Amino acid sequence: MEITDEKLIELKEKANNIRISLIEALILAGSGHTAGPLDMADIFTVLYFHTLKHNPKEPEWSERDRLVLSNGHICPVLYSTMAHAGYFPIEELKTLRKFGSRLQGHPHRDFLPMLETSSGPLGTGLSQAVGMALADKIDHGLTGKRRIYALLSDGEQECGQTWEAAMLAGKEKLHNLTAVIDRNNIQIDGYTENVMPLESLSDKWRAWNWHVIEIDGHNMEEIADAFSAAEAIFGKPTVIIAHTIAGRGVPEFERDYRWHGSPPGKGPTDKVPADKQGEVALNELRTLGGKIRSEHQ
Amino acid sequence: MLNPELKLNTKMFDEKVEQVPIRQGFGEGLLAAGEKNLQVVGLCADLTESTKMNLFSEKFPNRFIQVGVAEQNLAAVASGLAAMGKIPFISSYAMFSPGRNWEQIRTTICYNDRPVKIAGSHAGISVGPDGGTHQAIEDIAITRVIPRLVVLSPCDSIEAKKATMLSTDTGTPVYIRLAREKTPVMTTESTPFEIGKAQIFWQSTKPQTGIVATGALLHRTLLAAKELEEQGIEVEVMNLSTIKPLAEQALIEFAKKTGRIITVEEHQIRGGMGSAVAECLAKNFPVPMEFIGVDDLFGQSGTPDELIEHYGMDTKSIIKAVNKILKR
Repeated sequence: MEITDEKLIELKEKANNIRISLIEALILAGSGHTAGPLDMADIFTVLYFHTLKHNPKEPEWSERDRLVLSNGHICPVLYSTMAHAGYFPIEELKTLRKFGSRLQGHPHRDFLPMLETSSGPLGTGLSQAVGMALADKIDHGLTGKRRIYALLSDGEQECGQTWEAAMLAGKEKLHNLTAVIDRNNIQIDGYTENVMPLESLSDKWRAWNWHVIEIDGHNMEEIADAFSAAEAIFGKPTVIIAHTIAGRGVPEFERDYRWHGSPPGKGPTDKVPADKQGEVALNELRTLGGKIRSEHQ
Repeated sequence: MLNPELKLNTKMFDEKVEQVPIRQGFGEGLLAAGEKNLQVVGLCADLTESTKMNLFSEKFPNRFIQVGVAEQNLAAVASGLAAMGKIPFISSYAMFSPGRNWEQIRTTICYNDRPVKIAGSHAGISVGPDGGTHQAIEDIAITRVIPRLVVLSPCDSIEAKKATMLSTDTGTPVYIRLAREKTPVMTTESTPFEIGKAQIFWQSTKPQTGIVATGALLHRTLLAAKELEEQGIEVEVMNLSTIKPLAEQALIEFAKKTGRIITVEEHQIRGGMGSAVAECLAKNFPVPMEFIGVDDLFGQSGTPDELIEHYGMDTKSIIKAVNKILKR
């Protein structure tokens, strides 16, 4: 599906609002993950506001595309995007990680049934997406209309099960399956290439008979084009390796693995003191990194 | 005497009693379930014939998925299929599923509330010559602690067939424990079976103790009951083929009637069916208890009979436990 310039501008605005909402939620939660949600905001925005076939007013619609978030810890961006898309009130994001909230620390369908899956333990999401794609193929062969999207982290490429699932998807030629890897190069303990080298990631996926697309994970047009291109691939599943900047949108947080699992207020203090982290993050986002004046200034 | 209401196999004490592997019942049950319900799909991790899923895969190749030696993937792929409305049955050896893939079963299936049916074959020590690596004697313990998961441990192939067919419609995840070896057939097609219900297989008028057995060891338990009757000791024997949800009321009544309880299972004593029974009775109607099972040890190679005897789960051991509990 071709994307217009107007749509691109709209998507960029949406992504920024989604980042602001998720940072606000994390500040109130006082715990949770910051880097991944920030860097995946552009991809989530394209999916929910351009690519996905879905209906926020009818989450159970059986013909919807399925989106499986495997690395559940980045759920602040999932929740924020879903709220902005109209699945539930944006106000509810303030309950993130609180007792009784539908927005559990890691996604749980018991609390929020509109989720396609509960997740958190790494390395199992691709398998579930493979199961969904297989079910669609069993029912509709090669002419099914639903697409299955699996969103994976790069750290999850260290899980053996990811490769079990990749192998099966390649064997079963699941053309209806698109996986996205958030290649932000960080994980809790450090930079991926220090913790456990993953490269060459694209060669590994090609070896299991996947079609591989590499993109700039912050370029809306490239993101949208990659999803569109994946739909046209026949006889193979597609993986989009999205090169992203961890913590994207808050320059003070970017590329620093220590922001993987810390919320603003509890992150590394060498650049921004703890009590200023929330304010700095929101200011950067509201001013688009100082390019515009914030109404709060 | 055998409970006449249950229409049990009256030839079960004959030397030439019909013997069929419990897993055979699973294979036949899955085939029947697949014929009845088009949403039933089968997945296997390279043990299709060994787990008897081949009966299904040969009839319904389009509804069968071979995942290779990848049990973690097996469980989570099934979760995804269930999310799309399928009723997936996954099979492997119990040691690997639910053994190796426990967390995937817990999170992607049970936490996620997906009605996947997990068939674990080669459970128990009677797997025999393959040795301890392949003898799952911890599977009841690790499955019964997972919320939502129904845990079934059929006593013979006919009960396994019924359990498999009924598990299709529970709407919940189910674990079905299966044994490899040929097992005496104790029930008949006419024997009633319900998930969640316990049945008294051996009755007496004035029982001095009750024995609760699960799985194939029920046969040795019934042999012990018969021998004890000849010695003038009266016992009652309950078949507890649903370990979760536990038939609490039936167990409480059983304890009230018999005053003593012995549990018999081909499983570790710790955490198994006996523990489940003890948890129920300690809370509601405490009585003296003895536990027949593997006492905190790993298995080894041998014939099933040798191993059952070595680990103290044979008829003689059951009789010994009865004599012991009668002195308490």
